[in-house]
Amino acid sequence: MSLASASPADPAALEQLVAAKEVIVACGSGGVGKTTVAAALGAAVAARLGGRVLVLTVDPAKRLADALGLGGIGNEATRIPPAAFEAAGVKPKGELYAAMLDMSESWDALVRRHAPDDRTARQILNNPLYKNISRRFSQGQDYIAMERLYELHEEGSYDLLVVDTPPSRNALDLLDAPSRMQDFFSSRLLQWLTVPYRSRLINMASRPFYQVADRVLGSQLLQDLADFFILFQTMREGFVARAAAVDRLLHDLRTTFLLVTTLEAVPGREALEMKAALAERRLHLGLLVCNRVLPAALTDPDSQEAAEALSAGAGDLARLLASGAGGGPEPDVTARVIEEVAASFSNFRQVATRESELARELSSLHGVTATVPYQPGHVADLAGLLQVGATIWGEQPKPGRRRKA
Amino acid sequence: MTDLLSRQLLFVTGKGGVGKTTVAAALGLLAAEQGKRTLVCEVEPKGDLSAAYECGPTPFKGREVSERLTAMSMDTEASLREYLRLIARVPVVGRIGPVATAFDFVATAAPGIREILTVGKLCYEVRERHYDLVVVDASATGQVIGQLAAPSGINELVRVGLVRSQTEWMLEILADPARTGAVIVTTPEEMPVSEAVDLAGRLGRETAVNLACVVANRVLPELFGNREEEVFEKLAGRSQAALMAEQIGASQRAVSSVFGAARLAVTIRRDGAGHLERLRAGIGEEVPLLYLPYLFGRAYGLRAIRQVAERLGEEL
Repeated sequence: MSLASASPADPAALEQLVAAKEVIVACGSGGVGKTTVAAALGAAVAARLGGRVLVLTVDPAKRLADALGLGGIGNEATRIPPAAFEAAGVKPKGELYAAMLDMSESWDALVRRHAPDDRTARQILNNPLYKNISRRFSQGQDYIAMERLYELHEEGSYDLLVVDTPPSRNALDLLDAPSRMQDFFSSRLLQWLTVPYRSRLINMASRPFYQVADRVLGSQLLQDLADFFILFQTMREGFVARAAAVDRLLHDLRTTFLLVTTLEAVPGREALEMKAALAERRLHLGLLVCNRVLPAALTDPDSQEAAEALSAGAGDLARLLASGAGGGPEPDVTARVIEEVAASFSNFRQVATRESELARELSSLHGVTATVPYQPGHVADLAGLLQVGATIWGEQPKPGRRRKA
Repeated sequence: MTDLLSRQLLFVTGKGGVGKTTVAAALGLLAAEQGKRTLVCEVEPKGDLSAAYECGPTPFKGREVSERLTAMSMDTEASLREYLRLIARVPVVGRIGPVATAFDFVATAAPGIREILTVGKLCYEVRERHYDLVVVDASATGQVIGQLAAPSGINELVRVGLVRSQTEWMLEILADPARTGAVIVTTPEEMPVSEAVDLAGRLGRETAVNLACVVANRVLPELFGNREEEVFEKLAGRSQAALMAEQIGASQRAVSSVFGAARLAVTIRRDGAGHLERLRAGIGEEVPLLYLPYLFGRAYGLRAIRQVAERLGEEL
């Protein structure tokens, strides 16, 4: 939970931003609600501004997947039926689509595209190490997300793509994924690693690396690795060209980044780092969303004064209220409740004081800052997503039906 | 629960952002205060452990934080070096540069290599009795299973070689509940609880490591008892609020926001209580569940770690 007195979003600036962009890449540390915010933004744009909007998500929570109608697993985009909008009391101006990123399916597709021929493709796909790499190579996951984004953008079937990014060990990995992929293939190391095997093990014994590796890992594993890398190298040209194109798309004027964070210490610090990293790489940070922010009233000095006065006068107030019309509860219970209320306010205010500085620091960017207030429960359906979207647009949350407990 | 700190190797894990590092750092501090020579190791060297102890960089070779307490960051490359030197007795230590660079790619491709070096280093410290307790600020949910399952998994991949021959003693340490345990940290929220329950199941199915306990972090205090809540509802009403505002000379709006804040606190607490029930039911009756309070004050740095350690000491 976090708390800030961040200013509400400027809807006009937000609309300009999303109208000017074709790609929005959501980033932020794990657990801040990145997936939900990305989906909510996509839904809000489809509902309010029109056009064909696709939300590409990586690993949604079950209920969010259900909210988006993503029952099955796969790369296929599914349209959220207009009836779902109507059920939420909204007449959408545009169309909302959602797709889930299936890592191994995307890797397979990439291999099929870049392999020189079907036979090599099959060999790669059947290599025992391939499955392992396609599932576990974490930079690979980041790359695949960006690669899918590029492909969808090239297809040109959508006006706006909102992509949620995989929960990286390091959020910055995402930004460097395309160039790392290029480096990987371009490196002499990869060639060097495979050379002795290509030349039928000549010289191998003379190289200290192989002496050590053979002793530690065993020659079977080394052979497997070399086989794999030799196959993988056949895809080099396609991969390198493609990774460069993906990198260009990320730097394109039509692309912007959405940074999602809460105002807690650790995610907040990571968001600041992310902000600096985006600037350093000349990537456009268009929108900051502070999620799960507690009401601004908590930072109000008048309220703090009132809390202190309530606490100090709890006994008197309790007696006064007990003597009122119809009589009240026992004064000592009332006094205790008033004291608890005042103490709780002070507790939450303390969080506010600590975190409002962070909100200020984060929102000092040339872009739009939006605040999503804390709401208990979870987003269970499209209506819930649209409510989150509305708060990104700076509208006050309506009490009542927004979330399920 | 008294036996948690009498184990020798604790893997603290959970979803990102729930306070893994805080709990690991606090467990380390507590153990050191109880007289144990303690090592706390951050597996993903992001600097969180150094920030928690406010002690400056925590290198692979370790940094003494306070009496009996050492902090280190995992570095699989350094671990490989140490392994080659101490166990494989490979004579090329001086010229290991290319090995280290190539290692990164090899480790990416070969399952369990990086993991075995991480877990291996930790088990090694336990086996050599360099410390009484090794607390691991382990990877987030997704990766920790891979790490803990690595010693058994590697047998399938590596048919010969030193790595394979080294897995047996590691497994012996990992599978012994008297020596090794996992601590899952979570918060009373939807996703962290779901992941904690899922992780508890996977630990049992896919690894030999015993689940020592689950820690629910950032639990809000119960604000009111039953009768008090009734009174609160009455007080929060418009007429009573107006009366109180007049009495203390504040605006009614200010009094309302004070009561509004309390209502929010109650709502958050209630929401969290539901998730905690789900947690309790999901991890099974036999697993101890510890509660740590939400820290309204500075929830970061050494002061916070001390508070958490104190509280953990009471809970244990």
